[in-house]
Amino acid sequence: MIVVFDIIGLAVLDVRDVHVSFDGKPVLDGASLHVSGGEVVALVGPSGSGKSTLLRVIAGLIAPERGSVIVDGVDVTSVPTHRRSIGMVFQDEQLFPHLSVGDNIGFGLKVAGIPSHARRQRITELLELVGLDGLLERRIDSLSGGEAKRVALARSLAPSPKVLLLDEPLTGLDRQLHDRLAVEVCEILARSGTTALWVTHDGNEAAAVADRIETLK
Amino acid sequence: MVAVAAPPAAFLIIFYAWPLATLMVRGLSADALVDTFSRDRTWRVLWFTLWQAGVSTALTLVVGLMPTWAVSRFTFPGRRMLLSLLTAVFVLPTVVVGAAFNALLPNALDRSIWAILGAHVVFNLAVVVRTVGAVWEQLPVDLDHAASTLGARPSQVFWHVTLPLLRPALAAAAAIVFLFTFTSFGVIRVLGTASRSTIEVEVWRRATQLGDIGGAAVLSLMQLLVLGLMVICSTSLQRRHARTVSVSAAQRRPVPSARQRLLVSGTVGATLVVVAAPLLALVERSLRIDGGYSLAGWRALGNDQTRTGITTGVDPIGALIRSVTTALWATGFSVLIGAAAVVAIAALGRSGKWLDTGLMLPLGTSAITIGFGMLITFDTSPFDWRASWWLVPVGHALVSVPFVVRSALGVVRSIDPDLRAAAATLGAPPIHAWATTTLPFIRRPLATGAGLAAAISLGEFGATSFLSRSGADTLPIAIERLLARTGQLFHAQAFALSTILAAATVTIVILIDASDRRFRHHRVGRARRS
Repeated sequence: MIVVFDIIGLAVLDVRDVHVSFDGKPVLDGASLHVSGGEVVALVGPSGSGKSTLLRVIAGLIAPERGSVIVDGVDVTSVPTHRRSIGMVFQDEQLFPHLSVGDNIGFGLKVAGIPSHARRQRITELLELVGLDGLLERRIDSLSGGEAKRVALARSLAPSPKVLLLDEPLTGLDRQLHDRLAVEVCEILARSGTTALWVTHDGNEAAAVADRIETLK
Repeated sequence: MVAVAAPPAAFLIIFYAWPLATLMVRGLSADALVDTFSRDRTWRVLWFTLWQAGVSTALTLVVGLMPTWAVSRFTFPGRRMLLSLLTAVFVLPTVVVGAAFNALLPNALDRSIWAILGAHVVFNLAVVVRTVGAVWEQLPVDLDHAASTLGARPSQVFWHVTLPLLRPALAAAAAIVFLFTFTSFGVIRVLGTASRSTIEVEVWRRATQLGDIGGAAVLSLMQLLVLGLMVICSTSLQRRHARTVSVSAAQRRPVPSARQRLLVSGTVGATLVVVAAPLLALVERSLRIDGGYSLAGWRALGNDQTRTGITTGVDPIGALIRSVTTALWATGFSVLIGAAAVVAIAALGRSGKWLDTGLMLPLGTSAITIGFGMLITFDTSPFDWRASWWLVPVGHALVSVPFVVRSALGVVRSIDPDLRAAAATLGAPPIHAWATTTLPFIRRPLATGAGLAAAISLGEFGATSFLSRSGADTLPIAIERLLARTGQLFHAQAFALSTILAAATVTIVILIDASDRRFRHHRVGRARRS
């Protein structure tokens, strides 16, 4: 097995008393959460309970009215998304339609200014990690549902984020593929030592993938 | 029913095909060709036409990008107003846009290249905002979010994600703006100088000022050729680069951050100023005489004499009345020909395609070419129609028939043939069956087409420049002639006429838009009930 990730201490995520409301209606009313280094925590709750909103607050895509997001003891609440080093796997992947599989995975490395040969090597490693060897040049619109999910995961892992957020990452797959991917993604997260917060509405999925389950009411 | 095809076909052949053929015969003579292309001025005109169109297009894209971002990514108070204002400017007659920039800029600049570029940019901003905005709106906001979670700065998100995905839309917008500015006539006539002349203006100058019909014909054929090539290139380019971005349904506009809110309001404010300033300047300058404000310019509209007995040669009120009459006739012709064409196209089925395409051709031909062709065709008896009052409205109708056809054809085609059969089985004779089933549906799109025809006719400048007799000016011609004079009163009169013309055009377009929206609403309501 290849060791793809350098583990330099595992990041800790702390969310404290986050308040968010849309059009005066409270969506998050004092949400708090703790994820220890290297831990995979599943966040469950009924739809509309604000799970996705909380992820977006952590990623810096939504500014909370009150409360703070702390990564490794540093308050990042007012740090813009691109400097937080918090990765996110979106429910509908959001792969870049104009880029190949390889360029999608290498996107984070490219904007970080990593030279192309180093980038290429890392992309190959990641493709191998998610079991998609040889798909480097493929077009995004020719991928199957499962392949697209794997590319999205590889893309988020490429810049080695301190924390990875997964927003219903396995929704829309058939049962068999869903179960197989759940196990694989779990392994990949464990192997890369990534601290992860995994949002799902599926209790079984949560039990299968997570070290610990948190519920948002 | 097929006999209905005869009037529109004859109209097209007599007033479009024949003049175009005459133009080719006159332009393709060896003498005229050698003469024209051995002249330095020809190449200078061609070069100016190209570069001013290129620079205008680039500037319009750059200036249009920020407002496009604001209206396609956010909801804010005044968003609809901004879009309407941009559209209003886009439908203004070219001469009015030229006059507005003449009014806005100080005398030292009002015949400069900056005036031309500025007018082109403001005029065509709506093309960019609409064309590019339609795609930008559909790009998932989360695609940007995905890029920023991967560490991309906002500028990197724009360069590496947004821009590549917008490229086809940007190319389409650029092609349209280039086409418009390459064929710019009214703006250049008002804001240009002898050394800043586009091919269109040069055709007009050679034909009407210098009497060089052969040279003018060569130039307008060259124009036709360049336009044809451009259309072919841009269609094939767009086909090749068409990329399907899987679009989810309407995008939720994100809640703007404080910084974005500042940027959006700054952008919207700046755009409003840029677009509204020329129009306000038009009104303001119509009221300014001798450093003070008065209604002298407006009052002088009824007066075509500077001093008793000395006429100015321009009769503003006369022009206003003539424009209204011309627009009424042009609208009448367009609706009659258009309605006959729609009925014929629908009845002819497959072979109706020919008539349909044929009637669209004048739209792809510049108005200059149409006017010039008619001028040199109808100058010998028994076809010497240059003095006929109906020649100008016929020229206008040629340009507006396509709009009537386009707005009515879809409706006629969508009428269920069973409906007519049902009427027939109830004992209605064919004509009666047709009248009861088709007429009620066609009335509204025809009204829309009529409105467009009126607006087009009121502002038409290109063809009219060739066809109107001196002393029988329409509004745009009068405006251009008044602005070419020196004297504050003349200019105040020109700005007053421009204000009237702008108000009339915008009012017509608003009425069309409002009635269209009500109609659509009505139809949806009906569909839901059934």
